[in-house]
Amino acid sequence: MILTAALAVPLLGALALAFWPGWSQSAARIWAVGISLVPLALLTIAWWRFDTSGAMFQLVEEVNWVPSLGMGFRLGLDGIALAIAAMSALLFAAAAAYPVDTRGSARQYYAWILFLEMASLGVFLALDLLLFYVFFDLTLVGMYFLIAGWGHGKPQYAALKFFIYTLFGSLFLLLAILGLYLSADPLTFDMRELIAQQPLAGGGTIASVVMAAFLLGFIIKTPLAPFHTWLPSAHVDAPAPVSAILAGVLLKMGTYGLIRIPYSMMAETFTKWSLPLAILALVSILYGALVALGQKDIKRRIAYTSINHMGYAVLGIAAAGALLSGSEAARSMALMGATIEMVAHGLITGALFLIAGSFWQRGETYEFSAYGGLSGRTPKLANLTTLAAFASLGLPGLAGFVAEFHIFVGTFGVYPWLAAIALLGLLITAALFLRMLQSLFFGPLPERWKTMPDLSATEFTVLGILLLLVVVIGVYPAVLIDLIETSTGWLVGGS
Amino acid sequence: MPVADLLPELILLIGAAAIVVAASFLPHRLHWLCAIATIVLLGVSFGVVLSRWDNAAQLTFSGVWALDGGARFAKLLIFGTALAVAALSPQWMAADRRHGEYYGLLLFAVLGAVMMAAAADTMQLIVGVLLSSVTGYALVGYHRQWSPAQEAAMKYFLIGALANALLVVGVVLLFGLTGFTGYTELAAGLAANPDPWVIIVAFVLVLIGLGFKLGAAPVHMWMPDVAQAAPAPVAALITVITKVGAAIALARFAMMLPETLGWRWAIALMAVVTMTWGNLAALWQTNLRRLLGWSAVSQSGYALMAIVVIGAVDQSLAALLVFLTGYAVANVAAFSVVVYLRGRTELEDYRGLAHQRPWCASVIILALLSFLGLPPLIGFFGKLLLFSSVIEGGYTWLAVVAVINTVVSLFYYLRVIAILVFPGRQQSVADLGWPAAATMIVIGLMVLGLWANGLISLAQSGAFMQFR
Repeated sequence: MILTAALAVPLLGALALAFWPGWSQSAARIWAVGISLVPLALLTIAWWRFDTSGAMFQLVEEVNWVPSLGMGFRLGLDGIALAIAAMSALLFAAAAAYPVDTRGSARQYYAWILFLEMASLGVFLALDLLLFYVFFDLTLVGMYFLIAGWGHGKPQYAALKFFIYTLFGSLFLLLAILGLYLSADPLTFDMRELIAQQPLAGGGTIASVVMAAFLLGFIIKTPLAPFHTWLPSAHVDAPAPVSAILAGVLLKMGTYGLIRIPYSMMAETFTKWSLPLAILALVSILYGALVALGQKDIKRRIAYTSINHMGYAVLGIAAAGALLSGSEAARSMALMGATIEMVAHGLITGALFLIAGSFWQRGETYEFSAYGGLSGRTPKLANLTTLAAFASLGLPGLAGFVAEFHIFVGTFGVYPWLAAIALLGLLITAALFLRMLQSLFFGPLPERWKTMPDLSATEFTVLGILLLLVVVIGVYPAVLIDLIETSTGWLVGGS
Repeated sequence: MPVADLLPELILLIGAAAIVVAASFLPHRLHWLCAIATIVLLGVSFGVVLSRWDNAAQLTFSGVWALDGGARFAKLLIFGTALAVAALSPQWMAADRRHGEYYGLLLFAVLGAVMMAAAADTMQLIVGVLLSSVTGYALVGYHRQWSPAQEAAMKYFLIGALANALLVVGVVLLFGLTGFTGYTELAAGLAANPDPWVIIVAFVLVLIGLGFKLGAAPVHMWMPDVAQAAPAPVAALITVITKVGAAIALARFAMMLPETLGWRWAIALMAVVTMTWGNLAALWQTNLRRLLGWSAVSQSGYALMAIVVIGAVDQSLAALLVFLTGYAVANVAAFSVVVYLRGRTELEDYRGLAHQRPWCASVIILALLSFLGLPPLIGFFGKLLLFSSVIEGGYTWLAVVAVINTVVSLFYYLRVIAILVFPGRQQSVADLGWPAAATMIVIGLMVLGLWANGLISLAQSGAFMQFR
């Protein structure tokens, strides 16, 4: 029941906000924070009850929903899903708690945040392909209204572009799901059944078409380089907590989907596509880093580093799926790295976008050349930003390093040249974060920022918790590794 | 000839006649009683069809009238739609001097659509199409003093006259070729493949004739006009029931044709042109009702996808029926808001509606997202089955075209949604009172798709008669 409750509570919370008109601004916010802590607590219980030597999917809950279509309300968790879902729940609580200008419609804003939380957690908890798709699409609706309603700049244009572009991807996902479903025997949408069956294992044109459609759907969501153009505008125009969710949670659906569906259910076909996928990931790593270097806007810079980081995650997944058997240690390491990267990127980039929001609340601009010399004026802001930036550029001892280390070591075992070239991305991200820190916090303090307030207690607590976890994962990665290893064991085999 | 086989239709026929007579005696202020009578009649007919659900499929009345799963489901759908429309109508029509007769016409239109859906004989098909058309023209032009309605009725009539004439010529050609009008004999006659070119010409003519009722390109031009200018309840009725009747009729007719004819490709082509044309035309509309009309055209294109694989894929009939139901529910829901808001049509007038009338705005938004096929709304299940059927039937490219069209359609649905949700000028909102509001809410809730499982099981339990 706890997984169903983790979805039902935010949904009911959202409905209460949507249909009861009497909420004040602060009541709505406290309600949203309180409600969003419930799934976090439930997933913590799930983590505690998860048996690291048990079956692949645990805590399974199953109810018939549309049996005439073979569609069930099936929920369950493996180590990867649990790690990402828990991170997502934390990020939602952080986003709800973070101060934001709701423009007089706090009730609707928090209702959409909670609705989006329900849909996002649903994607990670679903064990049914159609249910996965249902939640996958619902996240688009929630995100559309959040960007269009509370964004700045040209929010409606950005939201429209986001919705249309990602719906395009998700409809190809639907076609691929149907292709996979129709080639299963017996027909089923049950993920466990499909993983066991490996339909389309014989290859052929249909397998390639289905795989191409899956990859297209997930690559747009991730996004990898040529399909990323919806991301920067959506990020820049979204309110900061929503950006944090977009980067921290929604992008993970692409990489999580890659692992959960094509990688797990079509392992044989995936081996044939993993080299092109790895090359695309490499392009994203370099392209994302280089373009980020050229940005003069805090949010755009972070947005493009997301493309770079998600490139690492996809590289790890591609390396892990490159072979059906052999080099298990390296492949398992790559998959582990990809999963840790997802968690780490969620926490770090989530924190960075929230920080960008703090800048906006204070200065109404994201141009970092407009700021300067703030290290003396706002020490808390400066310290936490520096910590987050160092984590993002992969400083040892922080979560980003653990992830990237695993990915590189794993990929070296499979695609040594790609891994070598991908290392260049690390150099560029280091440079771009250092330059951003330099121009934000050092140099002369402009006159207009002489009275800029430091982080408030709420902001400091939220960022502190996120970054504390980044440090914990960096120093003691076993907390995550033990959990994820149970899944990589099942998925890579051989161990 | 077991008269009782046609009990649901006879109830409506006799009821319609009685309503017309009663309307001329009743004082005008009591004409709303005719609406109650209509609702009761439709409800009873609905119940009769449902009670006979498990009867074996058969032909009746000398083999001209099919009583099979497809026809029964279409009846439920048509009766249900008409019932909702009748519930929306009284306040809308209250000021019209001929309020009572309206319900008689409505029931005749229903009968026409049902006849199309049940036709197992080309002559009966013609009668059904004509009955549906003639009542349709009158209903569209019911507000005689309002020139846009007159223009819409005239356009509807002119295109209809041409399309119906072509249909008749097609039927005559088939009759000349085989000497039969009944589908059973026709199928046998056509299987002998007397002259493929004549069959092709006849098929194209019938396709155009039914395409007109379906609102499919190239004879779809009436759809946006009717949606825009007909009395709003009539617009809801006509866009749904003629489409349902014609889709079932076309599916049944196509199944009878020899496979060698290549009719699947012809219908696929029609589907592609229709959905693309409808969507592209809807993109920049500034009038909500016209936009709904163009969207109705594109939805006809999607419905045709199921007919492309009819008979070749088990799920195709269920896909068609579920899709049509999803369309009917969402369309009636969207129009019920228009009715409730006293026919407000310009998109600009809807600006910021979500802040003044959250329920109305929610119903429109849900309806549009259901047209889009967003899960878990009712429209999603139809599209899911459609995509699944065409992929299974080997027409994956058609599913890809439909996907691209769906993405295009998102653009104009979001234009409407953005206008509804984001703040605009405050203005007073007039409405039609509680009966319309209640209907709107009930249908709006049906869009949510919570009953999808029952719907799909029901659609899967029926099948077409086999003529071939």
